[in-house]
Amino acid sequence: MRQERCERCGSHLQSRDWGSLQRVWAWLVVGMICYVPANLFPMLRTQVLFNTSEDTIVEGAIELASHGNLGIALIILLASVAIPVGKFIAIAYLAISVARPERLRPKQRHRLYHFVEFIGRWSMIDVFVVAILSALVQLNFAASINPGPAAITFALSVIFTMLAAISFDPRMIWDNDGRGPRA
Amino acid sequence: MDGTDADVPAGVPLDELIACPQCDALYHARLPEDGTRAVCHRCHGVLISPRRDAFLRVVAFAVTVVVLMAGAIFFPFLGVNVAGFSNRASVVDTALAFLDGGWMTGLSVFVVFFIIMIPALRAILVIYTLAPLLVGRAPLRGARKAFRWAEDMRPWSMAEIFIIGCAVALVKVADLARVEFGPAFFMFGALVIVTVLLDGSLDRWSIWKALDRTS
Repeated sequence: MRQERCERCGSHLQSRDWGSLQRVWAWLVVGMICYVPANLFPMLRTQVLFNTSEDTIVEGAIELASHGNLGIALIILLASVAIPVGKFIAIAYLAISVARPERLRPKQRHRLYHFVEFIGRWSMIDVFVVAILSALVQLNFAASINPGPAAITFALSVIFTMLAAISFDPRMIWDNDGRGPRA
Repeated sequence: MDGTDADVPAGVPLDELIACPQCDALYHARLPEDGTRAVCHRCHGVLISPRRDAFLRVVAFAVTVVVLMAGAIFFPFLGVNVAGFSNRASVVDTALAFLDGGWMTGLSVFVVFFIIMIPALRAILVIYTLAPLLVGRAPLRGARKAFRWAEDMRPWSMAEIFIIGCAVALVKVADLARVEFGPAFFMFGALVIVTVLLDGSLDRWSIWKALDRTS
C-alpha cells in the first residue's frame, strides 16, 4: 500500500491489522479482571429507617425476585450476568477462531460478532439504575440509597469489553474462506 | 439485495467500487432504488440505503435531538415523595450520583458522557457536516473529520439504555415511594425515539459521496 491515510476521511489505513488481536485480548483480560470485584462488592447501599443493607448485583436481583418483581430481576440478571459472561466467551472464541481454521462457517461467526457488538452496551443498564436510584432516593432518614464500589468496577468491565469488541476486525473472519489473502 | 454485483473485474475506477465495511467483500456500487437498500451478499451488512430528502431529514432529526437534550437537562426529570419527605432529581443530578469526592467520581464523568455529552455531540457533528450541503454550499472546515467522529461515537451514545434503566429503577422505587414524572422524562424518551429515526435515515455512503462532490 502506498498511502498511509484515507484520502476521504483521514483515518489511518491498514489492510489487515493482525496486531489487533493482541489489543482484543488485552482489553478482554482487563474487562474480566474488573468483573470479579464487580460481583464481590456491593452495588447498592440501601438504608430504610434504621436498617442498612448492602446488595451485590446478584443479591439485588434475588431481592427483587423475592418482592415479586420477577421480570425486572430477570432483566438485571440478563444485563449484568448473562450478557457480560456470554460476551467474554464469545469474544475469546472469535479471537481464537480467526487464528486457526474453524468448523463453524464465517457467516455464523460474523453473526455472533454482530450480536456481541450490539448487545454489549446494554450491560450498562445496571449502572444507570444505580445512578437513578442514588440520585432520587435521598429522603433523609426515611430512606436513602447510595452506590457501592461495585458500580465503578462493573462499568469499567463493560467499557473494557466494548473496547475489546471494537478492536476486533470482523474482516479477519472472512480471510480464511478461500477468497482472502490467507487462503 | 439489488444495487450491487459480486466478482468485480480489475481496472474499475475506485469510486465505482464499494467494499463492505464489515467483511471487506468488494462490489460495484450502484444506487439502489429509493426506499430499498443495497446489502452485502456475504454478511448481510447494509452498504447503501438512500432515502428521498435524506439530508434534510437527518439534519431535522439532529436539531430535534439537540433541542430535546437541552430541555431534558434543564427541566425537572423525576421526583419522589414518601411520608412527607420529598426529593427531585434532574438528568444531571442522576449523572452526578457517583460524585462522592472519592474514586467513584470518575464514574460520574463516564455517565455524563454516555447519556448527555455524546448523544448531543453526535447530533451537533452531524449538523456541522450536513447543514452546509443542505443549503448548497461547500462543507465547512473539518467536516470529514467531524463526520468520522460522529460515526466513531455511535456505540458510546447510551441514551436508550439510560431510559430503560429509568424504567427498571422506577419499578424498584415504586415499592418505596410515590414517583412524579417531570417534563424532562418525556423529553428524554422522545429524544431516544428521534435518535433511532436519525440513525435509520443516515446513509454513510451518500454522505461521503456528497462530501467528495462538493469539496
